Amino acid sequence: MTAENRISRRTALMKLGVFFNGVVGVFLAVPIVRYLLSPVTREKKFGYESWLSLGGLEQFPAGQTRLATYRNPLVNDWDGETGNIACWVRRVDDQTFQIFAINCAHLGCPVRWFPQSNLFMCPCHGGAYYQDGSRASGPPERGLFQHRYKIENGKLLIKAGEMPTPGQPVARKAGGKPTCA
Amino acid sequence: MRVIQKVGDWFDLRLQLETPIRETAEHPVPRETASWFYVFGSAALTCFMLQLVTGILLALIYVPSAGEAWNSLQTLNHGVALGWFIRALHGWGSNFMVAIVLIHMVQVFLFGAYKFPRELTWIVGVFLLLVTLGMAFTGQVLRFDQDAYWGLGIGASIASRVPVIGPWAVNLMLGGPIIAGATLSRFFALHVFVVPGLLIAFVGLHLLMVLKLGINEWPMPGRVVRRSTYMQEYHELTHKQGVPFVPNAVWKDIFFSGFILLAIAVCAIHFGPFGPGGQPDPTIIQTAPHPDFFFLWLYALLSFLPPAAETPILLIGPAIGILVLLALPFVAVEGEKSWKRRPIAVLAILMIAVALGTLTQLAEHTPWSPVMDAWSSDPIPPQYVHGRTALEREGALVFQAKQCHNCHSLDGQGGQRGPALDAVALRLTEDQLIRQVIQGGGNMPAYGKNLSPAETTALVAFLETLHPASQRPARNASQAVVRGGSEVPPR
Repeated sequence: MTAENRISRRTALMKLGVFFNGVVGVFLAVPIVRYLLSPVTREKKFGYESWLSLGGLEQFPAGQTRLATYRNPLVNDWDGETGNIACWVRRVDDQTFQIFAINCAHLGCPVRWFPQSNLFMCPCHGGAYYQDGSRASGPPERGLFQHRYKIENGKLLIKAGEMPTPGQPVARKAGGKPTCA
Repeated sequence: MRVIQKVGDWFDLRLQLETPIRETAEHPVPRETASWFYVFGSAALTCFMLQLVTGILLALIYVPSAGEAWNSLQTLNHGVALGWFIRALHGWGSNFMVAIVLIHMVQVFLFGAYKFPRELTWIVGVFLLLVTLGMAFTGQVLRFDQDAYWGLGIGASIASRVPVIGPWAVNLMLGGPIIAGATLSRFFALHVFVVPGLLIAFVGLHLLMVLKLGINEWPMPGRVVRRSTYMQEYHELTHKQGVPFVPNAVWKDIFFSGFILLAIAVCAIHFGPFGPGGQPDPTIIQTAPHPDFFFLWLYALLSFLPPAAETPILLIGPAIGILVLLALPFVAVEGEKSWKRRPIAVLAILMIAVALGTLTQLAEHTPWSPVMDAWSSDPIPPQYVHGRTALEREGALVFQAKQCHNCHSLDGQGGQRGPALDAVALRLTEDQLIRQVIQGGGNMPAYGKNLSPAETTALVAFLETLHPASQRPARNASQAVVRGGSEVPPR
């Protein structure tokens, strides 16, 4: 064997080694990426939303809008208070409700209800909504986000579990009339 | 002394660092760069060192858990000896660091330092600005209070507007469906591992290039940068008339860095640590979230953009801004360095400074937000109800009870979302007032459904009295004629 041949054999081995590491790298990258994307792919979870009770109907007098809170369905022990979520419950009449997410449809700040003027107002950028959640003024492009609801055994149940944001397909579809009553 | 020399020699035989350190220290720099204008880069590095040390000190106590973070901050403030001071140093250090990085950038821009051959140094500098701002934002999240919680909500709402991948980006950012433990944990990982790692890498590159290419010479009007001749000219500046970096230039860096450290310490002692504000409990909705100082301009911008333009500007604006900064050294790679010959550069800096300053100043006062408690805490000024009829006073009551005061000011008190109403009767006739109240418009909600006819009558009667005594209110001149009477007496 000549010296040149030996060097090229070493070079070939080095290239093979790099290729081998590349294969191992891909082998490792797949689980790493799956781990990183788990909040998106939800492999271990059956969707984020589920039916939650807001309590008995008697808490919500007809014609009024009241603050209700619930514990998010998907929480860990260390989530603390952040697992408690608020929403506005408007009882239109005996069987008709509107459940508004607390988050402003502009950038998610908590809207406040003013029963005297029948308006929701946002403290961040000045969005305002009418009592039925439709946009009244300010920067929001749409009305308040609404949760689906149903009534079972005298209790008000809502479908919730994910923070509503303006870009969600769910959020785009809802916002009109409640899907069940 | 001989022992020290021996120990030194023992180490240097193994480390071989004496020669490179000596060469670095004594490398010649252009004489005029030993100037107080050239101290901001090293001061930014000093701030970063302080952040590194105080950050590690805070990590000894801080608990990156959504349920515990706020309590651990309280412990730092009140339960650990001088914990408040370390928090204050870290908080003020962060503000100083952002400020000095910006000043450094302006100086470098005005002195033309981004031109050939220092294009890459500038580009790495742009990344350094971005990671510094990234540290500021992630750090604000770790101060896990109401502002941090709702700030994350704003971040998620912006991310959700990205076409197609928006909802995924939200889940990825929050680490789940809502702002909770996973969110804080990942921002902790970003703030403590990922972004500082990038920062250290970029700082290393940035410094390496400053050493290899030499510090930018003092720009002289008329001394034009040309690719073909620059290297030769710079070599002459440094090697024929230059001075050694140590000690001729470095003493100013050292003094300025010491002064900055002292200023941070004085601010920390005098003003104390930042927050934490209210507990990060999303069911406490009596809150007005506010970003930290360096993001206030963005807060203002978000409330002034027209709704339809908001998403495109939010998503495309930053990308354009960064691209402009990155493209700058390629567009202006040669030519004049002196700011005295670059009026557009100076104007651009002034314009950006005025714009950011104005937006920041506005965000300190948030005139676009309703004052949520004005209707119950800011009374109607006495002169506006004195000597009025019962109907007009009833209107003043309606004005308060229906929260008009939250958006409209009287005598400087109340919200500024809508126009001040001190002289509204001069602008609008009675009919126009009724229409505006009932139908809204021009960014005002319609109150038609929320006011009884009697309330509307009283409210408009009150509004009709809001004009200077010396001026008559606006009136519809034809109305009197149509009704057949003479002129309606002013109220």
